This record gives sequence, C-alpha cells and structure tokens, in this order.
Amino acid sequence: MKKIDLTTHVLIPKHSKLGDKDKEEMLKRYNVSLKGLPKILVSDAGISHLSARPGDVIEIVRDSPTAGKAFFYRVVVDE
Amino acid sequence: MEDSYVYKRVGSVSFAVLSPKLIKKMAAAKVVTPELYDKEGYPVDGGLMDVRLGVIDPGLRCKTCGSRLKECIGHFGYISLARPVIHLSYVNVVLSLLRTTCRDCSRILLPDSKIQQLGGKGVKRSRIKDSIASSKTGNKCPHCKARQYKITVEKPTTFFENERRISPIEIRSRLEKIPDADAEAFGLNVGAVRPEWMVLTVFPIPPVTMRPSITLETGERSEDDLTHKLGDIVRINQRLFENINAGAPEIIVEDLWDLLQYHITTFFDNDVAQLPPARHRSGQPLKTISERIRSKEGRIRHNLVGKRTNFSARTVISPDPMLELNEVGVPEIMALKLTVPERVTEWNMEYLKNFVKNGPKKYPGANYVIRPDGKKKKLTEDIIEATLEEMQPGYVVERHLMDGDKAIFNRQPSLHRMSMMCHNIRVLPYKTLRLNPAVCFPYNADFDGDEMNLHIPQTEESRAEAEHLMLVQTQLISPRYGLSVIGCVQDAISGNYLLTREDFSMPRHAAVDMLSSIGVSELSRLPKRESVSGKEIFSALLPADFDFVGKSRSSAEPEVVIKGGKLVSGVMDKNNLGEGSGLMLRNIHKKYGEAFAVDFLGKLFRLGVSVLIRRGFTTTIADTDLPDEAHDSISKIFADAEVEVQELVSQFNANSLDTFPGRTARETLELKILELLTRARNDTGHVVAKFANRDSHTLIMANSGARGNLLNLAQIAGSVGQQALRGKRIEKGFKNRTLSYFKPNDLGSEAHGFIRSCFKSGLKPAEFFFQAMVGRDSLMDTALRTPKSGYLYRRLSNAMQDLRVEYDGTVRDASGRIIQFAYGEDGVDVSKSEGGTINVSRIISKVK
Ligand SMILES: [Mg+2]
Ligand SMILES: [Zn+2]
Ligand SMILES: [Zn+2]
Repeated sequence: MKKIDLTTHVLIPKHSKLGDKDKEEMLKRYNVSLKGLPKILVSDAGISHLSARPGDVIEIVRDSPTAGKAFFYRVVVDE
Repeated sequence: MEDSYVYKRVGSVSFAVLSPKLIKKMAAAKVVTPELYDKEGYPVDGGLMDVRLGVIDPGLRCKTCGSRLKECIGHFGYISLARPVIHLSYVNVVLSLLRTTCRDCSRILLPDSKIQQLGGKGVKRSRIKDSIASSKTGNKCPHCKARQYKITVEKPTTFFENERRISPIEIRSRLEKIPDADAEAFGLNVGAVRPEWMVLTVFPIPPVTMRPSITLETGERSEDDLTHKLGDIVRINQRLFENINAGAPEIIVEDLWDLLQYHITTFFDNDVAQLPPARHRSGQPLKTISERIRSKEGRIRHNLVGKRTNFSARTVISPDPMLELNEVGVPEIMALKLTVPERVTEWNMEYLKNFVKNGPKKYPGANYVIRPDGKKKKLTEDIIEATLEEMQPGYVVERHLMDGDKAIFNRQPSLHRMSMMCHNIRVLPYKTLRLNPAVCFPYNADFDGDEMNLHIPQTEESRAEAEHLMLVQTQLISPRYGLSVIGCVQDAISGNYLLTREDFSMPRHAAVDMLSSIGVSELSRLPKRESVSGKEIFSALLPADFDFVGKSRSSAEPEVVIKGGKLVSGVMDKNNLGEGSGLMLRNIHKKYGEAFAVDFLGKLFRLGVSVLIRRGFTTTIADTDLPDEAHDSISKIFADAEVEVQELVSQFNANSLDTFPGRTARETLELKILELLTRARNDTGHVVAKFANRDSHTLIMANSGARGNLLNLAQIAGSVGQQALRGKRIEKGFKNRTLSYFKPNDLGSEAHGFIRSCFKSGLKPAEFFFQAMVGRDSLMDTALRTPKSGYLYRRLSNAMQDLRVEYDGTVRDASGRIIQFAYGEDGVDVSKSEGGTINVSRIISKVK
C-alpha cells in the first residue's frame, strides 16, 4: 500500500516538537505545568514523524481566519 | 479575614463499604418481624416501624436519642439474613475479583514478582485482568497450581462457573480468603473495604424518618414504598429461616433464597433491566432507593438542583409595540401580590404610609410590614390604623409592584443568557404579561400561547446587579456572533421598507403627527416643506452625525448610504433592520451607546408599525394572481420538463443513459430527474417573481424580508414542486409503484411525488397524498429532534459550566488545566466585536 505523508495534507496543521528551552519558556509564559496542558498520544499519526516521547511538548500552528496564526500546545502522553 | 469564618474545612472524603460489624454497631434495633403495628395501632417492638428507629409522629420523643420530631434524624436497624445475598451495586466488582483470583487459594492469578512489577498497590482491576490474560500460565494458579474455570454472570446477580451455579455462600467464602495484600493490589483500601462485604449477611434497615407513613383522611395509615419493600424482605427472610431450621428440601430453600435476592435487589434499584419491577397492588412500580435519587424527578435534580422561588409570576404573554423594549407589562392582579420591600426612613415615611393606608387590596398598597425586631405582619383592613401609628424609621414595608421596578423576565428553555433579561415594570390592565415584539427573538417567544416567568429582586444589591448586568440594552449584542440580537420584525420591517422606498411621501403635518405618536420630539431635522419623503422621515430618527454604508436586499437600490444622519439612498429592509444582520444597528450601538440603541430600536419599530397603520396593510389571495401569459409560460416549463423526464426514462430503459461516476444507472436517473424538476420549479419561481405585482402586499413582505419568500409564492401561484423523502423522490408504497393509481414501474415524475399543481388551484388526490407523506415525515422529525437536542445541550452545558477565561487570556477548567491558549483561538470577545471580527481600520483611523 502507498504510504501517505500526512504532514503535507491540507487538513493537518503543522506539528513540531518544542526544544527544552522553548518548552520551559512556554510553560512559564502560561504559568502551567505539564499536567495542565492538553494531551496528545505518542501514537498520534500527526506526530509520528517527530519521534516524540512522553513529556515532550508539541506546538501546533493553525491558520485562523481571525487570528492569522493560532498556536496550540499539547503534551505527549503514553496512554 | 476569611479564615475567621471557617470553622471546619473538609480535608478529604473517603468511600467505604459497610461491614456487617458496622451495620450492627450503628443499628438501634434488630428487626425480627415484618409487622408494623399491633391491634392498638402502636408500633410493634422489633417491627419495621419500631419506635427506636426514630420519630415520625408529632409530640412523641425518640426512644433512642430522646429528641422530638424533626430534631431526631432517625436511627438504623438491621436484620440478619438467613443466607448471604449479593449487593446489586457490586456485581461487577465481585465478578472481576472472582475472575482474577484463584478458586482454591484466592490469590491473584499472577506470580508475586509480576504483582510487584505492576505496582503492588492500587492497580486498576482492568490492568490486572489484561496482565492475567496475557500471561503464559493460562488457566493454572501460579501459587497452588489449581485449575481455573470460566466465570460468567447472568444479569443481574447470578454467577456461574463453567455453567455450574455458584451460590453467594461460596462467593463470599472465596472473597473472604483474598489476602489483604492482594486486595490492596486491586486498589481496595482494606481498612474501609473488604471484598466479602460486597456480599450481604446482615442488612441495614433505614430509619423511619426516611420512609414516613402518612395518615389518610379516612384515618387509615398508608406506608411508604420503602416500608413495603422492607416488609417483603423481612417476611421472606423469616420464611427462609423457618424452612432451613425445619430441614425443608433444598429446592424450596433455594427458591426462597432467590426471592430474597430479588427483593433486596429491587430494594436498591427497581429498574434493573433483567428483573420485572416490584409493583404495588394497583400495578404501579414501587419507588425504591435509586429511583429516589436518580433522574429528573429524583432528589438531586428535583430537590437539590431544582429550587423553587417566591416573588415570581408566570402567565401567558402577548405583544405590545407601544412598550419600550426594556419594559414588561405586568397585570394589576399580579402587582397586587408581588411586592418590593422598602425600608422606612424619616425622608420616605409619608410616601410609604400612603401604601400602608391603601392596604393589601387597593393598588398601590402594601401586603406586609416588618418591624425592626424582624416580626412580619400581614396587613389587613383592621390593623392598618395601628400600623400607621407605630411606623417609624427602621420598619420595612413590602409594597405593591410599581412602574419602574426591576424584574427579571425569562422564557424556557433558557438556552442562552438572553433568555433571562431585566425589564422595567409597567403595571397594566388585563391579565397577560406584555412585551415588545422586538424582544421575542432572544427569548424565542411567540404569542400562540407561550407563557413566561417573572422574578422580582428583593434587595438593593440584586436590583442593582440586575439593572447593570441584565437590563435588555446590556444584552443587545450577541456573544455568539457580535451583532444585534434585537431588531425589527414583521410589520416593523415592511413598514420601514415602504417608508424608505423612492415613491413614499406624506404631508409634513402628517409626518410630524406620526413621529410624535411614536415618541420623537426632536423634529428640527425634518425639512420644512409642504411634503416630506419617507427617507426624510426615517432620517429624523437617526443621530445627526451618523455615517453608514451597507447593502440592502433590493436589486434596484442595493447600496444603503447614510451620510450625516440622512438616509441618502437605499431602502431599509431586513438586511439592515433585522436581528443578526448588517452592521447598521451594531454601529449605532458602538457609536452612541446601549441606552441610545435600545431607544432607537423602539422608535424604529414603532415607526414601521405606524406607517402601516396609516397606510393600511393586509394580504389577499388576489396578490398571487398571475396574468394568463405567466400561466402559459409555467405550463410550457412543465411540459418541457415532462418531455425531458420521459426522454431520460426511455434512455434508461434503452440502457443508453450516461451514468455518473460511482453511480448505477438507476441512481443517475434519479439524480438527473431530481435536478431537472428542481430546475423547472425554480424557473416557475422566476416567472412568478417577474409577473407578480411589485406593489402587492404579499410581495412587499417577501421583498423586505418581513415574512415569506418567493418560493412560498411560487408554491401558491405556480407549482408546489418535487416532494422529497430523505433526499430522494418518493419510492415507498406498493410493490414497484408508489400508489395503486400508477402503473407498476412507472419512473415518471408524477408517480414519484412531483406536484405540478399549485396550492391555489388545489392538489390532485395523488399529489395530496405525497404532500401528506412528506408533511408527516417532517412533523415526526421535529417532534423527535427537539428532546434529543435538548439533552445534547444539557450534557454540553454541564461539561463546560466551569470553564472560564483567565486574566492571561487562556481558557481553563476549575483545576487550572488549559482548554484553549487564547479564547476562540483569537482571544476576541465576540460581544465586543463586529460580527466576530475587530474593525482594525477604524481603530487605526481613530488613532491617527
Ligand atoms: Mg409558541
Ligand atoms: Zn432519635
Ligand atoms: Zn491458587
């Protein structure tokens, strides 16, 4: 079967892994711990190309008609 | 500061299962007989109404605690069960414990190392189960090597091992053997829960205070449903004891045992799927414990969450456009019953005495006077004099409702915050609550018998809050789409439409008369000419420095231009006057504020209505009359369509139809026919629109957007069109045909629900039948959808009720977890936006 590259699909926004520094900065900016972030499964197809591990933070950038770009963060979880 | 009020703080809550020991310890009496009263009517000792279980009769003292009725909260009793019985609520726990422990030694079916690996304490039962299923040992106990068998449960409470029934005695003995350490591994806190306690050996009898008997007028006592149920339990338990002691055959004992299990199960829940509910002699099911708690009529939603209020009123509503938008008309009889407390001071003493003088029956009077010591006195004719004498500052007078008082007005279902708004009261004659028809939209109200509720705030604080947070003008801009939720409706739209069309003019004195009748007193901007145009009259309402450019529905004058408070061009219709459309109302609100906006809307509304009153407005069947020419072209459209349909059908029959990709020939035919007939109907719509009289009132309503549209008109004058059932032509009915009137396998338009006739000329029998099919289908659909969407809404609002926007702009739940990083991903407060977006260019031009 042909393998589809999900990252190029129009309906899938850009997912990227935050580096340690960016992650700390982001948690501080929102005054939140990893527990307080929305979650994403390690097995999520949208981040399969990032080789993310539980505890990593994924940044999702969506196009928004009113905000231009909308940023969203999810913490990678196991189950 | 806050700490000084806190006497006790909840540190933690823990849940436990009652142990037999605890049940006995907390019991005030052992119940030994199902009897309730002796011959003298006195409660039997050891009976279900034993005096030690609490008091339900006034005057008596509790035998256990010595308190009186309402002070004594009641005391539990207990019975010893002749045979153990499974507790309904723990069937699933018992099942998973039986499956995951050894039938011989009652250890977890995992080696100790594996248990440690899983965490050793507080592991999820499902994880242990998965772990056992995946372990290689199969069905052998890793501890004693005993073979394990498959355990199943037959709902509600019967357990089987390899098809052989296991009795609660055996189940209990297996659970007893589970070591504490293993029970802890399952997450059971053995101090509070031992597995075997889930199988009952003693049964707690709830206090009489939670199942009081009521004395009927005849002097007969009527017992609570729970008492009936407990009577069954005690009686069967007693018979079971007697049979066991007498050495009765095992079958009889087992039957009684099952019966006991049934009664105890239905005592907890009389709505178990697999059991017939226990019933009264009259046939209605008993209300046992879980029925008392659960559902809309249960303790939680009915008594705890569903509070009832005083100082409220409810009746049928009717419209009154002469009221302001933020007013509500209250019938005088209501005003005589609803009151507002006012504190007597030396400055308002004389004023308040007038109310007291009028008493409770003469409006405006007062119903109660409260003395400074808190004593409340009902005003009656004969104490009015004395009350007037003793009144002094510090007294409170509960006076009748008056014009200008605040009230909260509500219509259910209260789906958004505009369903409860604050209105100023106008006390009016007659017996309905009245509101301006323009506020019908946010309440979703009409006047076909709708009722609404009114609440009167009773304190200065609540009145101030209601006025500043809930008054109609504070709710003008929708938090959903950022436009005005209140606009003109119906006559107000067609009136303003007629007024602002090119050809409207009236003598100046008539215009002045009309404008003053709707409350406009500033007439200097009305041109000083013999005759003034409608646009000039409309402009008299606008602020002198208002500029606006927008679009109207009309194709003749699509551009609406307001310059310097003058309507230069364009007609006013639903696009600019209606609720939730156009930015004219939004801009007025933004520029001149909510108080002006609500006043403007009221005047606008009355202007529209007044125009119609002066001009005359009605609708007639003759409005839909068409010239012969039109009928001819409509006939031609359908004749052509019919030919085309026949052409398609014969192509299909000859197998020469070009099929759409992914469709069968039959499906393609259906789609093509449907498209063809829809097009034909739309064409008739155009014909009707072309030939209909532009000045007929029906068309004025359709063109202004007040009511109806061209499609309705086409159905009345041209053709009703294709009737569709679930997106398809009608196919249901007889074998190979829809009605026996048609030939079998007729694929033509007529045989599948196309209605060529129009409503005015009347439908043919077959057409009528098809229309009735679709009509019934949509009726059913609405009737079934409403409760479904209501429940969906309930679930959503419960799930989201404590989300809020924090000061950093994030949306978080009650525990501080982030739901959105910026509200609505752009952080815009929609109710402060214009249609959901921020008008950046205006902000820039202002800053410059
Ligand atoms: Mg209604
Ligand atoms: Zn007591
Ligand atoms: Zn074993």
